[in-house]
This record gives sequence, structure tokens and C-alpha cells, in this order.
Amino acid sequence: MIDSSLAKVLNIRKGFRGNMLPELSREEILRYSRHLLIPEVGLDGQRKLKASSALIIGTGGLGSPVALYLAAAGVGHIGLVDYDVVDESNLQRQIVHGTGMVGRLKVDSARTRLLDLNPAIQVDAFNEPFTSANAMRIAEPFDVIIDGTDNFPTRYLINDLCVLTGKPNVYGAIYRFEGQASVFYAKEGPCYRCLFPEPPPPGLVPSCADAGVLGILPGTIGTIQATEAIKFLLGIGSSLAGRLLLYNALDMSFEYVKLKKNPNCKVCGPHPEITGLVDYFEFCGVPSLDHAEGSLGAGWELTALQLAKKLKRGDKIRLIDVREPHELAISCLEGAQNIPLGELAAHLEELDSAQEIVLFCKSGTRSARALEILMSAGFRKVKNLRGGINAWAREVDRSLPVY
Amino acid sequence: MPTLKIPTPLRSYINGQTEVPVSGTTVEQAMQSLMTEFPSLRPHLTNSAGQLRPFVNLFLGEDNIKDLKGLDTPLGPDDILRLVPSVAGG
Repeated sequence: MIDSSLAKVLNIRKGFRGNMLPELSREEILRYSRHLLIPEVGLDGQRKLKASSALIIGTGGLGSPVALYLAAAGVGHIGLVDYDVVDESNLQRQIVHGTGMVGRLKVDSARTRLLDLNPAIQVDAFNEPFTSANAMRIAEPFDVIIDGTDNFPTRYLINDLCVLTGKPNVYGAIYRFEGQASVFYAKEGPCYRCLFPEPPPPGLVPSCADAGVLGILPGTIGTIQATEAIKFLLGIGSSLAGRLLLYNALDMSFEYVKLKKNPNCKVCGPHPEITGLVDYFEFCGVPSLDHAEGSLGAGWELTALQLAKKLKRGDKIRLIDVREPHELAISCLEGAQNIPLGELAAHLEELDSAQEIVLFCKSGTRSARALEILMSAGFRKVKNLRGGINAWAREVDRSLPVY
Repeated sequence: MPTLKIPTPLRSYINGQTEVPVSGTTVEQAMQSLMTEFPSLRPHLTNSAGQLRPFVNLFLGEDNIKDLKGLDTPLGPDDILRLVPSVAGG
């Protein structure tokens, strides 16, 4: 009798009941009352969330709503991974950050916002790129991993990590008006590599920084990721595992396709070739860091200042702007000819391979792809403007806006 | 004719259309007719040996053609094929 009462007191002091889930305080019961009213969540569900943890990789467009909703929902331990700083151009969609945080580390900015939203949770900030060297260490304590990154190398790394450690990978990806979401949980279904065994080659798929994205789109897809994470942590509902959601904001359509485990999958198949983590920077091509613009060899690039010098001394240079026509309203270079990247291959005959050509776009990535197209067609007197027209706006003509 | 739905990243190669009619009675024939009509699409979908790139996924209705008969999957006139691209943005 005495022993039992003592044990009860000790358990209450530790904040645990019989089933080892943490108790909710009076304040938490009030805060989460709308969850407690739902039978599928209830008191035990809310205690599960308090005991659970989620790692959010990327605190950008997708990571912002995921982090805000998981913190608001009372997920007790949240990890944030990012290496970037908040920039004005992030604020159109990365809603966890505010104007006052421009220039600050994204993980610090997000952590401050999350703790303001919910001071009772633990938020760990990892201000480092997510790589094969640190991924296992960072992810180890977390129940669920949320992929909010903006590049292929990290997406493959997250997938392999989740397969190798048996954790669910809550996936979301966006492009302009279209989004994808799924749960890749190799224990029960297909992984990301089952669908996409290999990443696309360099430059074939533009990033948001080059292609643009509707600011609300990551809100929709990120909120779906947060929903899937909460459902997994609570153990309720039917997840997106085995299904890929295809969302189109312009059509307002939500469509699904079935995903099956690939028996030959290199990482989750019965005879895996991939048994440890590797980095994909070398062959993945698409800039692995959002601000690593135009990563060609220096011999095929020239800087804005070098181009300005050449133009000033009267060099005959054919300037080709490979951006989309609507971008010319933002900024343009005098004398440049606009041939959008997608139309370049059809206009090769109009170009003279004997003439010096300089290609440019917004920040150097699309024009690097254009350079590859010209090179493969035999052009040799061609260079890419490093950093694109934005570099020109920063270094040469400050009257032009940077976008 | 069967219809092929094209995702945004590839629309600039088909004059901005969201879907195009394709001719043929198999997926292979449909893809060949598409790439003949829009040659600049070819390097995005096939490698130098002419095989579909591993990151290109084609779905007939809800099913990946890899789970059906691959490129030999038969196509009916009312079928809808969909290209599902690799997307990295976040």
C-alpha cells in the first residue's frame, strides 16, 4: 500500500503515468483543448505528440509550415536543419521567418518563432549542411524525418538515411504551381528511389531560384507533410505511403498515382547496393546549395566586371539572354537577344560559332545549361556570365534590381 | 487518341501545352510520336541510347507503366498517360 502510493507520487513527479507517456500540465490541457476533443487524438494522443520528435530538414518554403504546425500541435521535440541565412527573397513563402530576421541564421530565426508559438517544446537547431558525415548523428533521436529541402543530393541522402534507419520520410516537393507529396516508409512500402532510382543529370530540372514558385504552394504541400507527420506520430488514419499526391494549384486538382516497391531498388530492395550514406554532390549536377550558382569550370565563365570591360573596349560580343520573356520586364541588358532556354536548340542555326557569345540568365544556372547545349553543338567561343544578370546588377549597374 | 499530360517543367518544349494527343497503340509508339513532333523534348526523356531515363515515370491512369508491361503497355483511344517528373524544389 505504502509502496504503491510512493510509486504513484514518484511517477507524477517524473511527469509520467502508467503507460510512460508524459503528463500534460493544466496549461497544456487548455492549449490543446481542440485536440483533446477529437476522439482520434484525445488526451493520450496529445501525450504521444508531447513524447514524440520530428526532424525538419530545410527551413524554407516547405519547412516553414511544417515547423509551425508541428510546434503548434505540441510535438515535444523538433529538430531544424539548415545552413542558410534569411534573405528578403525568402519572405514571399518562407513564413516561419520575418522581416526583422533578414540576415540571421534560418535555424535561429525559425527556432525563435517556434518557441514564441510554443515555449513548452524543445527545438534543436542544426546550422550545418545535411551530409553523409552528420546525417546519422543528427537524425538519430528523431521519430520522423521531414524532407523540406530544395535539392536532389539532400533528397537522396534523406531517403537513404530513412531506409537504413527504418524511419519514415515525409516527402514534399514543389515547382511553380505543382507539388508532390508522399510518405516513403521502406518498412511498409516503396522508398523515393523506388520511384526515382537516379537523379536527373545536371541542369535538366531547374530549381525554385531559377524557375520561381507560387508563394502559397509550399504552404499547401508543407501543410500536407505536417498532416502526414502528425498522423504517423499518432498512429491514425491512412497515410500517403504507397501513393504519390500530385497537386496543381492552377487547376486546383489533387490527383494520386500508386507507388509500388521496386524489387530492384538499390537501397530498399532485397539485394541492396547502397548500404551506407553517400553524398551526391559530384554527379547530381543541380546546384546542391541554392546559392552555388553556375558551377562550371572557370574557363567557360566570365564575371560581370570582365564582361563590362570587354563591352567598354568595344569587343564584338553577342549577348544572349536565356531567361523567359516575362523576366525582361524586371531587368535586361542593352543589346542582348532573348532566346529562352527551352527554345535555344531550335535557334542554333541563327548563331555564328565564329562570333564570341556570352550567355546569361538570372543567376547563371540556366545559362550554364545553355552553354552545354551550344558546346555540344560545336560552339567554342562561348562563355557563361557568372552569377547572371543579378551579378551584373550588383557589380556593374546598380540601377538594376536584383531578384 | 490517347492523351499525354505534361508536367510544368517540360511544357516549354511543347509550346506551353498542358496535355497533347499522342498517336499509337502502345506507350512506346505514343512516346515516339511525341518526341518526333517535339524533338527538343527528346533529351529530357531519353538517354543517348534512346532508352527512357530512369527518373522519367509514366503512369497510365494511376499505375506506373513499370508495374504494367513497360513501354509495351497497350494504349486505348481514351487512355490518359501522365509524365511524373523529378522535382526538387522546396
